[in-house]
Amino acid sequence: MAIDQTDLMNQDNLLSADSNQFLTFTLGDEEYGVDILKVQEIKGYVPNTRIPNAPSDVRGVLNLRGTIVPIVDLRSKFNLGTIEYDQFTAIVVVVVQNRVMGMIVDSVSEVINIPPSDIQPPPDFGGNMNSSMLRGIAKVGDKLIIVLDIDTVLLGDNVGMSFAA
Amino acid sequence: MNFDTAMFHSAFFEEAADLLEDLEGLLLRLEKSPDDLELLNTIFRCAHSIKGGSATFGFADLAQFTHGLETLLDLMRNGQLKISKTISQLLLESRDQMRALLAVARGEESTAPDSAPLTARIHEQIESVNGTSDISAITEEPVIIEETAITAATKVYRLKFVPGPDILRRGIDPRQMINQIRESGELISIICDTSRLPSIEEIDPESSYLGWEIIFRTEWEEAQILDIFEFIEDESEIVLTIEPADFIPVIIQEVSAAAETIRAETSNSLNLDSAPLSAAKPTPPQPAAATPTSGGKNSDTQTLRVATDKVDKLINLVGELIINQSMLNEVISDFSMAKLPRLIEAVAEMERASRDLQERVMAVRMLPIKYAFGRFPRLVHDLSVACGKKIELKTVGEDTELDKTVIEVVTDPLTHLVRNSIDHALETPEERRAAGKPEMGTITLNAFHEGGNIVIEVSDDGRGLNRERILQKAIDRGLISENDAPPADDILYNYIFHPGFSTAKEVTDLSGRGVGMDIVKRAVQALGGSISLNTVPGKGTRFRIKLPLTMAILEGLSLSVGEEVYILPLTSIVESIRPKLGDVRLVAGQGEIVLMRGEVLPILRLYQVFGSTAQFTDPTKALLVIVENDGRKVALLVDELIGQSQVVIKSLETNYRKVNGIAGATILGDGRVALILDVPGLIHTDRLGGASFAEAA
Repeated sequence: MAIDQTDLMNQDNLLSADSNQFLTFTLGDEEYGVDILKVQEIKGYVPNTRIPNAPSDVRGVLNLRGTIVPIVDLRSKFNLGTIEYDQFTAIVVVVVQNRVMGMIVDSVSEVINIPPSDIQPPPDFGGNMNSSMLRGIAKVGDKLIIVLDIDTVLLGDNVGMSFAA
Repeated sequence: MNFDTAMFHSAFFEEAADLLEDLEGLLLRLEKSPDDLELLNTIFRCAHSIKGGSATFGFADLAQFTHGLETLLDLMRNGQLKISKTISQLLLESRDQMRALLAVARGEESTAPDSAPLTARIHEQIESVNGTSDISAITEEPVIIEETAITAATKVYRLKFVPGPDILRRGIDPRQMINQIRESGELISIICDTSRLPSIEEIDPESSYLGWEIIFRTEWEEAQILDIFEFIEDESEIVLTIEPADFIPVIIQEVSAAAETIRAETSNSLNLDSAPLSAAKPTPPQPAAATPTSGGKNSDTQTLRVATDKVDKLINLVGELIINQSMLNEVISDFSMAKLPRLIEAVAEMERASRDLQERVMAVRMLPIKYAFGRFPRLVHDLSVACGKKIELKTVGEDTELDKTVIEVVTDPLTHLVRNSIDHALETPEERRAAGKPEMGTITLNAFHEGGNIVIEVSDDGRGLNRERILQKAIDRGLISENDAPPADDILYNYIFHPGFSTAKEVTDLSGRGVGMDIVKRAVQALGGSISLNTVPGKGTRFRIKLPLTMAILEGLSLSVGEEVYILPLTSIVESIRPKLGDVRLVAGQGEIVLMRGEVLPILRLYQVFGSTAQFTDPTKALLVIVENDGRKVALLVDELIGQSQVVIKSLETNYRKVNGIAGATILGDGRVALILDVPGLIHTDRLGGASFAEAA
């Protein structure tokens, strides 16, 4: 009994501090992962309302049961070119620092378990890419999953890039 | 009476409370325009309704007190008594007393202040008229009323009083006489004799058919009582008999119940016709047996008054939901894959209807801010008397809607600001004259929507904040060092919101603001708002409370630009025109203008500002909507106007950020998001040149 409880508590701690579970989705040929605890829901793509003069990756806002949610196209955020939205296109709704935001992804794959030890720190890409958006890269089976630091992706890590002015 | 009146009590309390609110405003207006007869009549009707209601439901204290007031008002309305400062003060105090008595009746308070001193003052006024006029309603020393029952020399009389049929045509009001009987002492019972009342077809509205049997106790002599009827004794039947002193009338339930129903009938039929007949309605002959029962048990529930159209919308939506549901039922009753599109459609419809319903229900909580502003006329009136200052209160934008809770919470900080303005900011008439300002100081309350917020401004034209004193205080408090360069004005003035600035002594020292300004700030911040101030020495101070309007509702006009739909706040629209060729000119390559009736207005092409594609780029094909803010006008070029609607304002900033030119967002009927234009922001853009958004982006 006592042992079981400690185990459970450990698991709880892990969950609250840093969950092991990730929602994976694809953008082009690449597979990305985001911390499942940040994800509020997943919905199919629906057209949204454009925001004037917004950064190009902010596609607009959406009405999510009465809440106005900004939608970011991750392809355009990562300069992956654009594709036609189709029936696989999904909006992953996440909560980052109390803001509800949506990300457009090519398709949602699955929820997988990745132990922290399997996540390797991101390689240094040089000046071309802001690697602070990445938490690391994990190898699951024969797939490489790019684990995103979704807070930095959506909100930016400095004032200049900040999504929220 | 066999039926329980308690169920009507709460309705009466509500109504009386509303009437008292109205009464306050009316009395304050009366003070300004004492010759307005219509106003006086309205006041009289207010008092009369309260009296009637309270007597019907057995709240004798309130009825009796209000009756005295009504008599006074009657004299005023007949022009026998001129309104003076004393009287208007007396009326206001009486109103407060009525509210206190009402609170007791509701069971909210256990005791009310004694009415006697006020009653005495009212009667003093009535007396003053009686000295000069002989047609007054009351001839007896009124203060005795309460005590008469105790005096030993009283007798019990039984009076049969049947006024002649022509009495009303002669302009005589039998009610007045019954009132005099009532005031002569203690009324034991009064029964209305309706046996002479013909059927409704035969009734002559100008004839009197009623008679009364009144049993009362008074110390008056017979002759004195008969004097009341002196002018009508020839045509009326008046029989006065003396009963044994310990006479206790047997009030038979059935009899009074019958009298009650008949009275209801009579008053109904009377409503059909003219005023003189309404006089035939007996004064509420409440059997003395019906002592007030506490109405407190059902008065605690909070109520909300809602505009009928809001309720109608709710009903419509619920109707829509029901239709949706039956649609769903029909689709799934024998379901095949072929029906899938219809099922999806029906579900989507239902989702939309329920979401609308949710929003409309929220909208029920929205009240115009006049509910908060309403208390200030009295506050200003009372405080200006207390301070010996002349103050005028102006309110603007009273119909701006706010959530009920926000209104409740924001009222206290507002009161604080207004009180401060009166106490400290506004000068005495002498000081104002010396400063070359009109003696009458002005406090303005202004509420409006701005940039996704609701702004409430409290401004005065007083002396302004004292910069030196605040600086000194800030140094004393150690907030800034003496050696530092003095901070900029806006930083310095904001120190008054600092908690250290708020103790009583410092306020008088500062001769400016300071009382609990930190409390004001905290209350505003608790609502997610902010407060700022603007002051010009010698000219006045303006406080600006900015509240987010996550729940506020806006009357808007939807318009289209290309594929996109925007909402324009109705209040900012001046007009819309389709310009003729030649009305639109380019000015030195700088920008476009339109000539409209000699006025030159800059054109703002919305599709350019927002970087979208418009259906029409030729102004003569598109529409120009002229909008105004702060006296500046701009013509917005749009494709077409779609329609007017009330929209629930949602903040973009909650999950995104402030967008230039956009005040917020709303959800359209089909579930899509539409953005609400920020007119002040757009006009400001125009001043900077249309390109500024592009740069910001």
